Amino acid sequence: MPILEVQDLSVSFVQYTKGLRQKKVQAITSLDITMHEGEILAVVGSSGSGKSLLAHAILGILPSNARVSGTINYSGDELTPVRQASLRGREIALVPQSVNYLDPLMSVGAQVRTSVHNDNPVEVQKKIFERYHLDPDLDKKYPFQLSGGMARRTLVSMAMVSGAKLIIADEPTPGLDSIVIKEALSNFRELADHGCAVMMITHDLGSALQIADKIAIFYAGTTVEVAPVKDFFGRGEKLRHPYTKALWRALPQNEFVPIPGSQPLPNTLPSGCLFEPRCETATRECSLKQPKIQEIRGGMVRCIHAT
Amino acid sequence: MNRLKGEFSKSLLTFLVMKGIRMVSLLFAICLVSFILVKSSPIDPIQAYVGADMMRVSPEQRENIAEYWGLDKPAIEQFFHWGSAVAGGDLGTSMIFRQPVADIIHERFFSSLALMSTAWVLSGIFGFAMGVVAAMKKDTWVDQFIKWYCYTLASTPTFWMGLLLLMIFAVWLGWFPVGMGVPVGVIAEDVTIGDRVLHLILPALTLSIIGVANIALHTRQKLIDVLASDYVLFAKARGERGFILFWRHGLRNIALPAVTLQFASFSELFGGAILAEQVFSYPGLGEATVEAGLRGDVPLLLGLVLFSALFVFAGNLIADLIYRVIDPRMKGAKSV
Ligand SMILES: Nc1ncnc2c1ncn2[C@@H]1O[C@H](COP(=O)(O)OP(=O)(O)OP(=O)(O)O)[C@@H](O)[C@H]1O
Ligand code: SF4
Ligand SMILES: [Mg+2]
Repeated sequence: MPILEVQDLSVSFVQYTKGLRQKKVQAITSLDITMHEGEILAVVGSSGSGKSLLAHAILGILPSNARVSGTINYSGDELTPVRQASLRGREIALVPQSVNYLDPLMSVGAQVRTSVHNDNPVEVQKKIFERYHLDPDLDKKYPFQLSGGMARRTLVSMAMVSGAKLIIADEPTPGLDSIVIKEALSNFRELADHGCAVMMITHDLGSALQIADKIAIFYAGTTVEVAPVKDFFGRGEKLRHPYTKALWRALPQNEFVPIPGSQPLPNTLPSGCLFEPRCETATRECSLKQPKIQEIRGGMVRCIHAT
Repeated sequence: MNRLKGEFSKSLLTFLVMKGIRMVSLLFAICLVSFILVKSSPIDPIQAYVGADMMRVSPEQRENIAEYWGLDKPAIEQFFHWGSAVAGGDLGTSMIFRQPVADIIHERFFSSLALMSTAWVLSGIFGFAMGVVAAMKKDTWVDQFIKWYCYTLASTPTFWMGLLLLMIFAVWLGWFPVGMGVPVGVIAEDVTIGDRVLHLILPALTLSIIGVANIALHTRQKLIDVLASDYVLFAKARGERGFILFWRHGLRNIALPAVTLQFASFSELFGGAILAEQVFSYPGLGEATVEAGLRGDVPLLLGLVLFSALFVFAGNLIADLIYRVIDPRMKGAKSV
């Protein structure tokens, strides 16, 4: 049984424009994702593709002007707002994107201790600091005094001590050095090997491939493909979606060819396939309606011409 | 760690020295400007000095008075004469009270202090609480009501509110005395603490009712910003909510700006006190200032101007110091 199942999730924002006219901004459109225990799912997509919003939707911490539809199941039961409130921080933990998510006026140690729910916070915090090679001094330090690597380790350690079974790690936008990234990746592998399900949100297909079991490719607020890592090889012949193939070929170690064009903004989404304006293999049917997600060769894809 | 502490106290010292220099130059500028203003005002200091007896003052006597007060010298000389006396701690003698200015300020300050500190504490506590409630209940009727109250009050003149309270509580209901700091016709020794408190309530209430508006609106906005921050979002993701969330992250992040605002509001407090004291004929600094201004008591007026500048400056200094000492980000500590 999957630990997390997201089906046909849509998130839109109600915004008031001039003259109190309501405007709907569609940020996530019919998104699907499935996660299992002991598995790392990497969610890969460019900036603005809805990765953080998916994380916030699962935790139920979207802003009040967000409208959500679709279903999210956790351990087989529907994740209602009430259930979300009781599971947040206990069963489902978030590793946020940056150190700005720490209270600037609360000491680092104290914040780590607030994440501990079923043990002696002081001892758990000491142990986790040791384990992550965090200086005991850090306990009394404030977030602004942390370096990039220490901040990352602190944020990951908070998810560790919570005892959560599902960990959603919103990886920072590029800027961290490769040692720090490697370290974080191995931490997630370790967590997954202990039976957690880890959703690793990242921009970087390269590092996702090193660590994950499955890759979900996001584009303009939807999943265009979910593929096992082993499908990423050669010129991407085993991949199912034109966007995934293009991303794969765009990696430096491959052909390093950028994809022309850019991702549509939430308020100017195409009516048909969201990738259609940039797709080389698009046909007339592609612009008629959004393709449904379908299973092909052990993966999921949202493309009518996929084989 | 010790090195950091050393750096911190060094930076604090530089900060204090800089503030000291700022204060001295500010006071000098204030002295100069007030002196020029008073000199160029249409009030004749000699007439003000002798008051209604003017009719019977001969030109000779006028000259004597002018000489006595040094008013016959050129303005520049007068300024430096007065300035050096002030620098030596001598504020001169009030023309209308015939008492040393320093004594008047001392005595008046304590009666104003009772009024101002009551209002300061009351408006601080209630303003903060109202701001917090409004922000936590944002967009509900509670919030709407508090906002409406604050916007209405923020545009209400102090003297008008004072008169209103006076009419309702002193004139109609007769619960409180109409004015003054102590009962009329009672010898100073017989005035009880109770009497003083009774005379204090209405002016303090006037100042507080108006004072909460600013503090409540600031607190509300600040807490709304804090609640919309990434760190509160993450705290929610960790399962925190309601009061715990407010206590751990909300209060922590709005307390400092709130306390700072409180100390930085000394100027409004002083300004409000002048008006409220006038309405209630409460014998404080404010009333003395109005008297000195209207009757051209130059030494007293200048003394009061200097004192109020110092008072406001002290408030701002405390506000800055609190930030420096309490906010970890301001302690000059470098990242490890
Ligand atoms: N509160 C909001 N109101 C309106 N639109 C929003 C809101 N929050 C996010 N969006 C929009 O939703 C889209 C997805 O945002 P999201 O933060 O999930 O992107 P992301 O994939 O996490 O990007 P990044 O990699 O930069 O973190 C963006 O286009 C963003 O503008
Ligand atoms: S549906 Fe059409 S436009 Fe969309 S990815 Fe497939 S081929 Fe391209
Ligand atoms: Mg994001």
